[in-house]
Amino acid sequence: MPGVRVDANVGGSDAGMNANSDPGPALLEVRGLSKSFGTLRALQEVDFTLRAGEIHALLGENGAGKSTLIKAVTGVFPRDAGIVRLGGAEVAPRSAKAAVDAGIATVYQEVNLLLNLSVAQNLYLGRQPTRFGLVREAEMRRCATELLAEFDLHIDVAEPLGNYSVAVQHIAAIARAVDQSARVLILDEPTASLDRHEVEILFAVMRKLALRGIGVVFVTHFLDQVYEICDRITVLRNGRLIGERATAELPRIELIRMMLGRELAETTSERAAAQVRQVGEICARFEGYGKAGYVAPFNLALRRGEVVGLAGLLGSGRTETARLVFGAERADSGSASVDGKPVRLQSPRDAVAHGFGYCPEERKTEGIIADLTVRENIVLALQARRGLAKPLSRSEQEEIAMRFIQLLDIRPPEPERPIGLLSGGNQQKVLLARWLATAPRLLVLDEPTRGIDVGAHAEIIRLIRELCDDGLALLVISSELDEIVTYSDRVIVLRDRAHVDELEGEAIDVSNILAAIALAGTAGAEAGPS
Amino acid sequence: MMPSLLQTSLLQRLLQGRGLAQIVALLVILAVDRAVSPQFFDLRMQDGRLFGSLIDVLNRGAPVALLALGMVLVIATRGIDLSVGAVMAISGAIAASLADAHGLPLALAAALGTGLLCGLWNGFLVAVLGIQPIVATLILMVAGRGVAQLITEGRIVTFTAPDLVWLGNGAVLGVPAPVAVVLGMLIVTGAVVRGSALGLLIEATGGNARASELAGIGTRGMILAVYVWCGLCAALAGVIAAADIMGADANNAGLWLELDAILAVVIGGTSLFGGRFSLVLAMVGALIIQAMNTGILLSGYPPEFNLVVKAAVVLIVLLLQSPRFADAGAVLGRARQ
Repeated sequence: MPGVRVDANVGGSDAGMNANSDPGPALLEVRGLSKSFGTLRALQEVDFTLRAGEIHALLGENGAGKSTLIKAVTGVFPRDAGIVRLGGAEVAPRSAKAAVDAGIATVYQEVNLLLNLSVAQNLYLGRQPTRFGLVREAEMRRCATELLAEFDLHIDVAEPLGNYSVAVQHIAAIARAVDQSARVLILDEPTASLDRHEVEILFAVMRKLALRGIGVVFVTHFLDQVYEICDRITVLRNGRLIGERATAELPRIELIRMMLGRELAETTSERAAAQVRQVGEICARFEGYGKAGYVAPFNLALRRGEVVGLAGLLGSGRTETARLVFGAERADSGSASVDGKPVRLQSPRDAVAHGFGYCPEERKTEGIIADLTVRENIVLALQARRGLAKPLSRSEQEEIAMRFIQLLDIRPPEPERPIGLLSGGNQQKVLLARWLATAPRLLVLDEPTRGIDVGAHAEIIRLIRELCDDGLALLVISSELDEIVTYSDRVIVLRDRAHVDELEGEAIDVSNILAAIALAGTAGAEAGPS
Repeated sequence: MMPSLLQTSLLQRLLQGRGLAQIVALLVILAVDRAVSPQFFDLRMQDGRLFGSLIDVLNRGAPVALLALGMVLVIATRGIDLSVGAVMAISGAIAASLADAHGLPLALAAALGTGLLCGLWNGFLVAVLGIQPIVATLILMVAGRGVAQLITEGRIVTFTAPDLVWLGNGAVLGVPAPVAVVLGMLIVTGAVVRGSALGLLIEATGGNARASELAGIGTRGMILAVYVWCGLCAALAGVIAAADIMGADANNAGLWLELDAILAVVIGGTSLFGGRFSLVLAMVGALIIQAMNTGILLSGYPPEFNLVVKAAVVLIVLLLQSPRFADAGAVLGRARQ
């Protein structure tokens, strides 16, 4: 890899910027922005204000609406309602290119540059300096070198971009965007694949841009980085604006509360109703179960009629735990037992054979089979468990499908409709039905209410409660802390891909969970990527 | 307004009916065949076997129909098998080389066994090693023809064993033996696929492999099985093609037939993106292709026309199946009002 030299004096010198919480004039104003996909309201009247010369964090869990907001502002999606003003003038770009022309540039996590072309070619692609219709390569290289020097990046611009690190690629993408007279620069998780040193380089560039009066929007999951570089924070949850604060005035635990939970008062009362439940004996036990680099070994015992909630920030190991339990990933340590007998869970097939079920978070890509009918989707797991040789007859399939369509109130109640045509909430119910049809002993639900409209949301939660009254063991993952508090008998808190805390009975409330999650944050354990 | 409204709804109903487009296409082509060759539908019995252009379509179409029978399952899992033409050449060469000296049972067993092995190889590459199907089967497509030429030592191997000759030229209750073989294989395949849960699980795997795996389906074994079945069907097609000409030509047996088989499956409404499939409509697809070939031969046009006409007909059938075309039809219908 060609050497990268960064001037020693970057970073640090302009740290004074960050402490300044005095809002300057608004550069980018978003007012009342709404966007729906079918019945799902991805954004509801969201406001967002970016000031010139500030670095502004846009935060929220998966599905909060960050990407949708960015894409609606930059014209990737048409918006349903709302206005966007840039420097006071209303803008409505129809495409990402139009947004760049208007002065709003976006650099995505996956840099969309051409790695096989040289750095200079990437910087000037589509706008090369020409003479008599021919590209002036030398001129282009000279400009490229100068442009990158502004970012304290001194590299050979004739080398293919792919020869450089992801950080350099990001800076090249940023340089290209800024050179196309961007006034607003949106960085969508730029640090996700960078190491600590590269993050420093990128931050130096961001600070430099802010000093030049460019407004920078920084989307990330790394809260330490937010506190390190951002002036202000906007938090979204479930497509709604939760609030905008100055970083210096927002304690970390308060920030996590904004991202994960509703106000405390609302949830404590709901908790009482769920308390009176007797749990049965242990039906599945995992001891020292883990996989190197995936989830640290954990002990987990699941009892009949018990709901165990998994809480933690995105990337804390919640989904990873679920996939290990279900055999979708193979554990490399520890042992599992079902009803006291040791079992090996090498594949989902093994897990299904032992009476496990799993509704994955990615409903569309890992759950539904869009072309098949509701009936076929419902009987699929049961049929897989029975084996090829024992097909369910058409009438048996119809009987099962109708039973669950009525039980779960799936709408429209048409078993022969392709599942792809149903709403998100009804698709989720069909997936629940798929597992309930197998009469499972353990059901793992990963974000069962994600991307579902409010009515279906409440129904799914009611179903979860009813299911465990019937003696089913449930392992539920949710980013909605108040939801977890509502139905869990036990809550396991994860951080940094390890199970770190367990709350039971009276101890289960949002503030305790938040405290357990935030503990790591303040200790700096989840700082930057490794 | 009324007539155009009627037309749209008729068009839409036609397009919505599963299989209707294919059957209409087949009937239209047969009608055109009848127009260019007035005696097209004439049948006569001779030496206990039916003869006539219609029978000829079925008989000539048998190899592609057999290939399509295996191919449709492979395509339903979102795969493809480019090697079936080469497997035909191998199995034909083996059957032709062994038939005179060792008799039909051994020749047939060796040929079909080789087909199974070829399918196992393809399935191993795709299901176990996770190689893209088009690349994985390309290997055998190229190497297979070479293997066939090694078996025949570059010559056209002829044979006279009467029971093998019968497979290509005999008849069962008046039905030519190749047609009977296709019917038998169709019934067996249909019984296995639709009589068990295999059909549903194949459609699920083709529709969304990750979701199917998470639903507890053993997708790997199933994908392996469909390639094995496809290899077996191809081997059978190779034996019949060799029996038909009483010899094995490693250079030309089954040449480009993999493309006809894929075409037959696609015409039959099975998407290359996997999922829903229909065995019967794949057979109809094979018949459409052969009815065109025969029609052009009968019409007296030079056979070169065949390729162009085939392309045009395929385009029309695919357009009729395309949802965008149906939408456009509906829009046109509204615009006319």
